[in-house]
Amino acid sequence: MQKNAYFTGLTVPLLLLLPQLVITVLFFYWPASQAVWQSFLLQDAFGISTDFVWFENYVTLFSNPGYYKALVNTAVFSSFVCVLSLSIALLFAVMADRQLRGGEIYKTLLIWPYAVAPAIAGVLWLFMFDPSLGMLARGLQSLGIAWNPRLNGNDAMALVILAATWKQISYNFLFFLAGLQSIPKSVIEAAVIDGAGPWRRFWTIVFPLLSPTTFFLLVVNIVYVFFDTFGIIDTVTGGGPSGATETLVYKVYSDGKGGSDLGGSAAQSVILLIMVIAMTAVQFRFIERKVSY
Amino acid sequence: MAQVTLTNVKKIYPGGVEAVKGVSFDIPDGGFCVLVGPSGCGKSTLLRMVAGLETISAGEVSIGSRVVNQIGPAERDIAMVFQNYALYPHMSVYENMSYGLRNLGTPKDEIDRRVKEAARILAIEPLLDRRPKQLSGGQRQRVAMGRAIVRKPQVFLFDEPLSNLDAKLRVQMRVEIKKLQRALGVTAIYVTHDQVEAMTLSDKLVVMNAGQVEQIGLPADVYKKPASKFVATFIGSPPMNILPGTIDGPGIVALGDAILEARDLREDLAEQTPVEVGLRPEDVEIASEGEAGSLPFDVEFIEELGATQLFHGQLAGLPFVMQAATDAVAAVAGRIWITVDPDRVHVFDVATGARLGR
Repeated sequence: MQKNAYFTGLTVPLLLLLPQLVITVLFFYWPASQAVWQSFLLQDAFGISTDFVWFENYVTLFSNPGYYKALVNTAVFSSFVCVLSLSIALLFAVMADRQLRGGEIYKTLLIWPYAVAPAIAGVLWLFMFDPSLGMLARGLQSLGIAWNPRLNGNDAMALVILAATWKQISYNFLFFLAGLQSIPKSVIEAAVIDGAGPWRRFWTIVFPLLSPTTFFLLVVNIVYVFFDTFGIIDTVTGGGPSGATETLVYKVYSDGKGGSDLGGSAAQSVILLIMVIAMTAVQFRFIERKVSY
Repeated sequence: MAQVTLTNVKKIYPGGVEAVKGVSFDIPDGGFCVLVGPSGCGKSTLLRMVAGLETISAGEVSIGSRVVNQIGPAERDIAMVFQNYALYPHMSVYENMSYGLRNLGTPKDEIDRRVKEAARILAIEPLLDRRPKQLSGGQRQRVAMGRAIVRKPQVFLFDEPLSNLDAKLRVQMRVEIKKLQRALGVTAIYVTHDQVEAMTLSDKLVVMNAGQVEQIGLPADVYKKPASKFVATFIGSPPMNILPGTIDGPGIVALGDAILEARDLREDLAEQTPVEVGLRPEDVEIASEGEAGSLPFDVEFIEELGATQLFHGQLAGLPFVMQAATDAVAAVAGRIWITVDPDRVHVFDVATGARLGR
């Protein structure tokens, strides 16, 4: 059983694991199990009586067209944010990798957005694209584009996608740059001698060798768009107009906090959790096998 | 197949550092040229300039009849084997070897024929479906060679290709590289810091130091008549003994009290001129006491090499190493007498290190 000689007892390993375990139990397993329990309960409007209703909350949820709308919103939002933030970050990383003089400054500047809190990032973009105050909105309007994220659902969606993408690019950029710099220079040189032009080199050598990084980022980005974009959506649109930017995680909040439907909200949380676990599992099961060397 | 000519080639980095300070030599068609020197001497930079991976700051490189200064690496018709092999980790051996041909748009059946041919020559046919990760160092080395030969280039470039192999494999691959190059008749340039590789592989040896060529020639000539103290100590193992001495007449040098005849020594040097005298450990012979021209050598300890022994000690009061067959000397330590072949006494200028030969 003993794998190595460094730890002879169980006490030291357990002690070392304890802080992480405490945090995980306190902030994940406990609330998650509470959510699971609560998803089986139904409370009356005044919180006086609580009934155990089995799967009634789930049944109600799946017969609610609003929930499907949130599902579609999430699909649109997450695919756009993932694809955009990954591809733009990759482009930046390739350019930064090529020109290393001043690269440090470039890197530092690009990492800043990551240090901005989601809510602040949201407000920033809200101001820039505010139909009456925002400079960029003015610009769009002067180009003849009827821009109004307060009224137009598509405009609102575009705006939250933009804000969420902007915030994630820096994170992806750093990982892509590190990934690019870990590709041995001689491999690229061998490809140059083998007669592969820059474009072909990128797609046949660099991109495949980056795929472990890309895969890791894909998992991280999906978790990001599913959960961490809450702050951006809340500050920029509040899920509106008329639910056009209401994603699954935002609906959990608005139904629970605003709608006081704690049981329904808990049921949504549970479903969301299962979805993300399932997606991550699928990614690891089927994609990771193909991307490691 | 082509001749490679370098004319006053220089590499100057943006900071003004001159890594290669004007190198000229040519390699005949089918020749095997080895660039040897300590790390940082500019040999790899020179090779990379021939490959087109580094720009040429000044001078001219031509392959065949073409000046290639402005031609990209892909169009130079060369193939390179890197020190870390630089195999594409995500491709199978077959894909690694065929990548260059696929980039050229070679027909599939032609690619298949050439890859299989190369795999047969290198005895890596059973490995074609494997990934580089699944190969041993020696196998990777072969794949890297295979990738070079399927392209049928005019010139092979080797950048320390054996440095990452263990000693036994290195000797084996060294022989195979030489055989392969002979069989294919392709011009080769080979960079190494290993003087044994340099001596055994080359038919043109270029010894470099600090961005400059110290000596060019046949390996045997470089060994027998090193043009400078640097070459003398760099080529040959164990290295040549260098002892301070003075000119003691035409063709005569003095080492302390001892007098040595040096037949190759220039005769126009004034007496008492300080010089450095080089004696190879293996050029020394054991003599009996009182024999004409014999020198006293105080042996301090002996290193056993199997076929030969290395005797470390003091020659005329100066540190000295001699190499002799194991059964030649019975004495374990103490004073013995040695003679030196006057044709094999090398004398160098103290200031410049240049050979003071005829």
